[in-house]
Formats: sequence, C-alpha cells, structure tokens
Amino acid sequence: MQENSDIIGEVTSQDYKYGFETLIESDCAPVGLNEEIIALISERKQEPAFLLDFRIKAFRTWKNLTEPSWAFVKYPPIDYQAISYYSAPKNHKPLNSLEEVDPEILKTYERLGIPLNEQKVLAGVAVDAVFDSVSVYTTFKETLAKAGVIFCPFSEAAREHPELIKRYLGSVVPYSDNFFAALNSAVFTDGSFCYVPRGVRCPLELSTYFRINAKNTGQFERTLIIADEGSYVSYMEGCTAPKRDENQLHAAVVELVALEKAQIKYSTIQNWYPGDKDGKGGIYNFVTKRGLCAGPDSKISWTQVETGSAITWKYPSCILKGDRSVGEFYSVAITNHKQQADTGTKMIHIGKDTKSTIVSKGISAGEGQNSYRGLVKILKSATNARNFSQCDSMLIGDNCGTHTFPYIETKNPTATVEHEASTSKIGEDQLFYCNQRGLSTEDAVSMIVHGFCKEVLGELPMEFVLEARKLLEVSLEGSVG
Amino acid sequence: MLQIKNLVVSVEGKKILKGLNLEIRAGEIHAIMGANGSGKSTLAHLLAGKEGYEVESGEITYQGMNLLELDPEIRARAGVFLAFQYPLELPGVSLNYFLRTSLNSVRAHRNLEPLGVREFNDLLKERAKALELDPDLLQRSVNEGFSGGEKKRNEILQMAILEPQLAILDETDSGLDIDALRVVASGVNKLRAKDRSFLVITHYQRLLNYIIPDYVHVMLDGKIVRSGGKELAFELEQKGYGWIAES
Repeated sequence: MQENSDIIGEVTSQDYKYGFETLIESDCAPVGLNEEIIALISERKQEPAFLLDFRIKAFRTWKNLTEPSWAFVKYPPIDYQAISYYSAPKNHKPLNSLEEVDPEILKTYERLGIPLNEQKVLAGVAVDAVFDSVSVYTTFKETLAKAGVIFCPFSEAAREHPELIKRYLGSVVPYSDNFFAALNSAVFTDGSFCYVPRGVRCPLELSTYFRINAKNTGQFERTLIIADEGSYVSYMEGCTAPKRDENQLHAAVVELVALEKAQIKYSTIQNWYPGDKDGKGGIYNFVTKRGLCAGPDSKISWTQVETGSAITWKYPSCILKGDRSVGEFYSVAITNHKQQADTGTKMIHIGKDTKSTIVSKGISAGEGQNSYRGLVKILKSATNARNFSQCDSMLIGDNCGTHTFPYIETKNPTATVEHEASTSKIGEDQLFYCNQRGLSTEDAVSMIVHGFCKEVLGELPMEFVLEARKLLEVSLEGSVG
Repeated sequence: MLQIKNLVVSVEGKKILKGLNLEIRAGEIHAIMGANGSGKSTLAHLLAGKEGYEVESGEITYQGMNLLELDPEIRARAGVFLAFQYPLELPGVSLNYFLRTSLNSVRAHRNLEPLGVREFNDLLKERAKALELDPDLLQRSVNEGFSGGEKKRNEILQMAILEPQLAILDETDSGLDIDALRVVASGVNKLRAKDRSFLVITHYQRLLNYIIPDYVHVMLDGKIVRSGGKELAFELEQKGYGWIAES
C-alpha cells in the first residue's frame, strides 16, 4: 500500500500559485507598536478625532490582555513589536478612475484573476481591493450610489460618513472583546464599509479582495456592513498573499448589523499563503467575525471556504437578538501539509423563535490538523429557539487529524438543539474503485471532496462557486499519498 | 485478448498465485471456479491494477500491451472492467455524474468526443431500465444506501455503459436472489460480442446456468488445475472441490 500513500502525497502537495510579489514602492511605518504609531496611522488616514480615541482605548486595553491559548493550534510566540502596522503603496491618493491605479497593482490583480473592470459588470460584482493596508479602487460606485448603497474603503467612510461609523463601529465586536480584536481596533488600516439603506436590495454582489504584499507587515482590516430595515446584501471576500519564509499576521475584524427584516449574506474564500510543505512561512489568520441580527425577522448567513493560512483561528458568529431572526454558518475548511485550523461558529440565541443552522465540513490531509469549535447558546429569553448542527470531517492519509469541540448551553427548556457529527476517510479502496472506472486519482479525490462539501458550496454566490471548486482542487493536489 | 504466463504473485510476503497460465481470446467467456482462498479474487484485482500485490515472476499481455506496466485508470480506459464483489460507496457523488465522467474519460482515450449531458442521460436511462434499476438511484450517491442486489446490478449497469473489451466479474452472483441473478445474467448476455471477452469468477455453478461459458477453469492453491468445457462446472457442483484436490 506504499504506492498508494505516494499517490495521496502527490495529489496534496501542489504549489501555491498566488505566491508572487509585486515590486512597488511602499510607504511603511517603522516596526513596533505604541501610541505614536497609532497616531501616525490615524493621521495618514485623516481620521476624525473619535476614531483616534477609539484606537487609543483599544490599544490600552490590548496591553492588559493576554493572547488566547485555548485553540487547538501551536505556533511560536509572536513578537508584536517586530511588525510594521502600516504599509501603503507610495503616492497613494484618492483615485477617480482605474487609469490612475498603479499599473503594477493592476497587474497583480489580473494575475489573481480579479479583473477590476467592466467585465465584472457582466458578473454583477462590485469589487473593492485592499492592497496591503490601503484600499486601491472600488468599482461600480455609481451603480451602487444610484441605489443609495454606500460601498467604499473604510477610511473613506470614516471621513465621509462619520456618523454611521461612530454609531456602529465596535457595536458588535467591542474593542475589549478579545486579544486580536483589541489589537485590530488599535491598528486597523483599511477594509470595506457598506451601508444598504432601508428597503433596498443591493443590485450587485459586493466583493473585496485582500492582498498582503509588503514584507514584515501585518494586515489588520476592518469590515463593517450595515443592512438597514428590509434590505438585502450579498458580500464576498477573497484573500491571497505572496510566499514568504517568515510568518505574517492577519488579524481582521468583521462586524455585520442586520436591522429588522434585513438579510446579509457574507461569503469568504480564504486563500492566504499556507506556508510550504514543511510548514515554513504562511499567514497567521486570527480573525474575529460577528454578526448581529438586531431586528426581528433578520437573517445573517456566513459561508466560508478556508483553504489557506498556516494557522486559522476564526469563528464567524451570529447574535440572534431580534425575534424570529435566523443565523447560518456553512463552512469548508481544508488543512494540508502542516496547516492548522481551529474554526467554527457561535450562535447566541436571545430573541424568541430564533433559528440557527451550522454545517461544517473539515478536510484534513498531509499532516494538517483541523478542529471544529462551536458554541450554541440559548438564553432564557429565547423561547422556542432551534438549532441544527452538522459537523463532518474527512481524512485523507494517515498523518492528519480532525477534532470536534461542540459546546451547547441551554437556559430555556423550550429549545430544540440537534447535533450530528461524522468522520470519514478517503480510502484506498474508494480511489481504486474510481481508478477502475477510468478516473485519475486526482479526479477521484476531487470528486469525493466535492461530494463531501456539496451542501456548503451550494451556499456560495454563483459567481464564486467555480473559483471555490478550483481552489479546493489546488489545495488538495498532492494530498493523496 | 489476454495472455497470462507463469504468474507468481505474493501479498505481504505470502505467495497467493503460484504459476498461473490462462489465455482468453476475443469473444470468449471463461469461468474460473474455486474454493475460498484459492486466489480467484487476487487474480481479478491484479488484472484491474490494485496496489499491494507483488508480481514475482510471469507476465500478463493485454491486447499486445504489458498490462502490469499500466496504471489502473489506463487499464480501465483501455477496456478492462472489473465488476467488484464489494462495490464501494462514494457519498455525495451522484451516480449519474460519476458514470458520465467515467464514460467520457474512456471515450477521450478512444479519441471520441465527450457525450453531452442529455445524450448521456438518455443512454443511462435506457440501460438502467434493461437492468430493472429504479431510475431514482441514478441521481443518488454512488452505491450509498443501495441494497446488495442494487449494488451488483449497478456494477453491470456501469459495464453496460462503459462497454469494455475485457470484463471481469468478481463473484457477481454472491448475495443475489434468483430473480436478481436472472436480470444480472441477461445484462451480461446482452453484452456478449465478438470483440468482447469475459472472465467470470464464481464460487457456485448456479451463475453458469445463465451465463454459459466457453471454458471453465478450476483454481486450487494459486494455480489452474483443470480446464474444460461448460460440463466441468456441473461435475464440480456434484462432486465438490475436494474431488479435484484428491484427483
């Protein structure tokens, strides 16, 4: 069976194809973190005073917090004073059209397969691209403006819509929430902001691409999406980074607010550089994502396809405050080589008749470690709350691991909570069966994995399903062995 | 079509096939009978290219090619088909999609255009009907939740779709009731053709009432110890495998 192990190895060891670096001059803050650096970031961004105040408070809180150690991941201590907290392509000034964007950056996005141009009209996607710490260009502003939708870089929103930022920033993830959220609140540099007014169905899929490029930088983006009463928005983010031998930190915060009868669909295709086969380099992806179903009959749906990063620490959550509000979490997480992922969700039921669904698919190959960690909490006020959780794990090869940590806390006897879990292994016999029908081992693995993830991929916006499928294939190439 | 010469094969250091010879010409049906542990299934798996077998000596030639040098998927595309004794389940992979991908990989190998979804669906429906397979099964995951009989009929369905040159049936009759056996056998008989050969591996003579072989071979301890026409199967049924061992 030695030969078969080799096949599994070959299929999951393909190279990271987004690992190029763009050579452009950047304006980088000196490494280290202190109140002067924070003031510098705030000044470069021409932020209103309340934001600087928010950052400083967050920084002071962060200094007293300790890095969490409960996740099932291992990494050497991070020196937070060795990171540069601000990096921007040089000569960054507000842009009026695509022609003004540095051609090198545009080339990068082309190589990533993100045409920042009219092609996306056909797909109905509006793109904001964040390059290192700065938002480069937001397409289709006009189409969106006609519908009254605000979709712009966070720093622009801070200048032009300070009242919205002041009202909602930190309202779902307070700066004191956790170590990484506090760090982000102190140093976040850019990200996307979206506001969909009352009764408006956002006419385009919104999309942001994040790219870390400069060396020794962290990326700390901040995303805030507000769906006003009766509105709908679908938002999608993608991320890539160049290959580097050292680890880079990515600590984002995403806050979603859905008011009465509003719906937010948030999809992620995370493909940060995962490190090489031996676990050298790669992104530490320590992210806090949370949505608040503030009003009755609101709905927030998270879908994520996590294939990148050396370490992923991420729990997109829903606070179901409004009566009859709905929270959903659909996740595919792949760990290959020496990748580690500890991911899952929290569903906090506060309102009456609230409902949550969790579907998590973890795939481990190589020496990957994949953990699902989820909390379903039903408060006393949440009469007739319902949850359904399904956590399936798939193993490819003999050296990987999968773990499930479900937590359920129920304070209301009328609640219904269901949890199903399964673990399976792609067996040599299954692969042989497929081979015997003329399928190559790569195609067989991909077919079995797609079959396993079908329910989750089906939740992605149409435009991104193909991308996600390809990514799954690439991430698992070389895994059979 | 297929020539096996002096084949010696071991698994984890233990000799299973000990100098096996067999020749199958185009259009022939050969049956291999033998007691459990005589090496029948090893031969079937080896021909299909399963890993884990060490060929110590001997050779296998298939359509002029050295079969042992080909990867299992290449053998399959070149027309070698194995109907599994224990078909595998592929959760989440629909039978329809699986089989269409499979057929198109075989067609690509034969330099044929891939079959479109509609054409394929028509073909699949027609072949499934002949095997009295519930059309709902075609949309379900491969073999998942199928009954034993459905799994076996599904193997024959796959054979009918892929139209191999050399079909190996590994204990296809095991676990089938008499009605299912008839359906399966008639599926096989429909595929009999001048350029298509069959190797039918079975423990019982029963199947050979429905699939009439040209030759019957008796396997014992890793070798073919007796060969004859279809009447050899009847003799075996009456006298048991002990008769061969003693004689």
